Amino acid sequence: MIQDYLILSVILFCLGILGVITRRNVFTVFMSIELMLNAANLAFLAFSRLHESMDGHVLVMMVMAVAAAEAALALAVVILLHKHKGKLDTNVFSLLRG
Amino acid sequence: MEHTATYIGLIPLFPLVGALVLGLMHMLTCTKNPFPEKLYGILACVGPLLSFFLALVVYYHLKGLPAEERFLSHNAFTWFAVGDLQVNMGFLADPLSSLMLLFVTFIGSLIHIYSIGYMAGDKNFGKFFAYLNLFLGSMLILVLGSGPVVMFVGWEGVGLCSYLLISFYSEDTDNVLAGNKAFIVNRIGDLGFVLGMSFLFWAIGTHGFDYLSLKANAHNLTPGIGIAVCLLLFIGACGKSAQIPLYVWLPDAMAGPTPVSALIHAATMVTAGVYMVARFSFLYAHFPLAGSIVAWVGILTALLAAFFGMFQKDIKKILAYSTVSQLGYMFAAVGIAAYSAGIFHVFTHAFFKALLFLGAGSVIYALHHQQDIWKMGGLKDKMPKTYGTMLIGALALSGAPLFSGFFSKDEILFSALASGHTGIWIIGVLVAGMTAYYTFRMIFLVFHGEPRDKEIYDHAKDAPPVMTIPLIILAVGAAFAGVLNLPGIFGGSLNISHWLAPSLVEHHPHVSIWIEILAIVTSIAAFAAGITIAYRKFGHGAEEPEYTGFAKFGYNKFYVDEIYNAVFVQPYKAVGSVISKFLEPNVTDIHVKLCTWLYQKAGKAFKVFQVGYIRVYAIYMVIGLSLMSLFLSQSLK
Repeated sequence: MIQDYLILSVILFCLGILGVITRRNVFTVFMSIELMLNAANLAFLAFSRLHESMDGHVLVMMVMAVAAAEAALALAVVILLHKHKGKLDTNVFSLLRG
Repeated sequence: MEHTATYIGLIPLFPLVGALVLGLMHMLTCTKNPFPEKLYGILACVGPLLSFFLALVVYYHLKGLPAEERFLSHNAFTWFAVGDLQVNMGFLADPLSSLMLLFVTFIGSLIHIYSIGYMAGDKNFGKFFAYLNLFLGSMLILVLGSGPVVMFVGWEGVGLCSYLLISFYSEDTDNVLAGNKAFIVNRIGDLGFVLGMSFLFWAIGTHGFDYLSLKANAHNLTPGIGIAVCLLLFIGACGKSAQIPLYVWLPDAMAGPTPVSALIHAATMVTAGVYMVARFSFLYAHFPLAGSIVAWVGILTALLAAFFGMFQKDIKKILAYSTVSQLGYMFAAVGIAAYSAGIFHVFTHAFFKALLFLGAGSVIYALHHQQDIWKMGGLKDKMPKTYGTMLIGALALSGAPLFSGFFSKDEILFSALASGHTGIWIIGVLVAGMTAYYTFRMIFLVFHGEPRDKEIYDHAKDAPPVMTIPLIILAVGAAFAGVLNLPGIFGGSLNISHWLAPSLVEHHPHVSIWIEILAIVTSIAAFAAGITIAYRKFGHGAEEPEYTGFAKFGYNKFYVDEIYNAVFVQPYKAVGSVISKFLEPNVTDIHVKLCTWLYQKAGKAFKVFQVGYIRVYAIYMVIGLSLMSLFLSQSLK
């Protein structure tokens, strides 16, 4: 039973990674990151039920709180980026090029 | 037999604390609303005056003791202890240092008071007095130190302060260079002093390294080491007291403000070398060969400097060469083991040279910083007080009968004759005549005759009382200081020589009275000849001559500066440029350069990974994490 949940979690996580790597729109990248976080949450919940402990649930709550805070911050950053360059394409923001 | 007296530690402390307070006051307020000059002036004079007061206390304390017990000592603290060697910050007041203390603090105080007038309006007024106090404090440490190590502290202190004060007007590059020259030449001498001190410690220092222990152990020195120590210490004295071959800094030191010149030439600094040789009289008296080298260097310096002095046109340079010349006399005296005569000349010289410098300062002050004697003339009606006091100083310097310089110089010449150093005596008499000539050449050109530059003549007037009162006090000293050491032939009893006897190792030769009369008559004759020639040539006004031949050679100081420049400075610079252009970039720096080259190349190689796209960094992160997980899962198996 647990394997199904874990496989679903891995699939979601890989989708998130793929999204971060391949997509150029800032919003899509951002949503992919959220997807990875929730994949991790799913794994936590599955293990928590398996071991009949509440630790996993607590961690999930904390991850969700952190994700919410991150969302608030990240959206503000995205707005500033848009103001600055007028675009949401991540390729535009490459100041760290060596 | 020593007595302890805690209060002698306070004597150098007062000016040093003064320097600290004044320095802090100046540093904290120099950019915005500074303190009034009066406050600085009063605070600056407090330290030296308190020290002078304590010097008097020391004198009367010593006087109250029996002659063999006149040693007051105080160990302030242990400075450092290495193995068996323990060096104390100790002070020793004996007849020799008490005499030095008296005139150093007295003349130092007068110069401080005079400077209040001379430096008025200068924007670094506070800094000047902080340095001046530090200078005096260092000199007092030098004089009071109980051993060579403590003396060396003061020795370096006066060197530093002379550098700071000579280049005081540091906006002008020439002044900074003069300060550098003084400092560097002094360092050469200091090396000799340090080496001499080290040899002395190595030979006899293990049983205590203060004067009294050294004196007790001096008989253990072998002649070779002893002479080496004496000559090395004398190199130090040459640097500080401007003797051949290191005299070149002193004439350039005129770049500083005039009160500084007075302080350097009269009370502090240049007398340090003579004092040091007298301090080590137990060594020099032991090794007559070293002594006669000192004496000959001294008398030749006296001759050379007197020669240069005859052709100079800058009023301060004339006085500077006269100082070098008089210092030569002092070394001649201490070299032939007439230590008390040498110290007596230091004592009288301090009065009349301080007087002459401060008088010259008044002239320069009145003429708006004109120092060329060929532009002056006829000032005696405009500046009667300065003229009168400077005339007394000039008479004392040139050894006019019954003035202070006459007795001290005569004592030296008589000692030379009595101890059989006829050559030194002949040169000494010759120099006495030359001294009278160049001193009165200066007096006649500055104060007599017709004014050569009408405009500056009209504006000249005597300085304010804060400057003339020290001049008058010094003039009294310059005229009568000789009375303190009247020889028997004038009805005196050589008071200073007897006072100094417990500190020194010297023998007074007993010779017939005719030799004494011969010495006196010849020095009076030399004085009379010198002043007569000067009067004939310059007494009725003279125009600046065009120097040719030998005179031109003298005016250019035998091109010694140029020779030093060509022989020492230029090769040194050439070596420096070879090192900086070839050796340093190609040999010593090569490792450093290799490192930076490697870093640069490595950086360029890794640059290709820094593409700047966020998703590429995300790929790196994923790859890294995957590899780490793989590694962990493998190692856990």
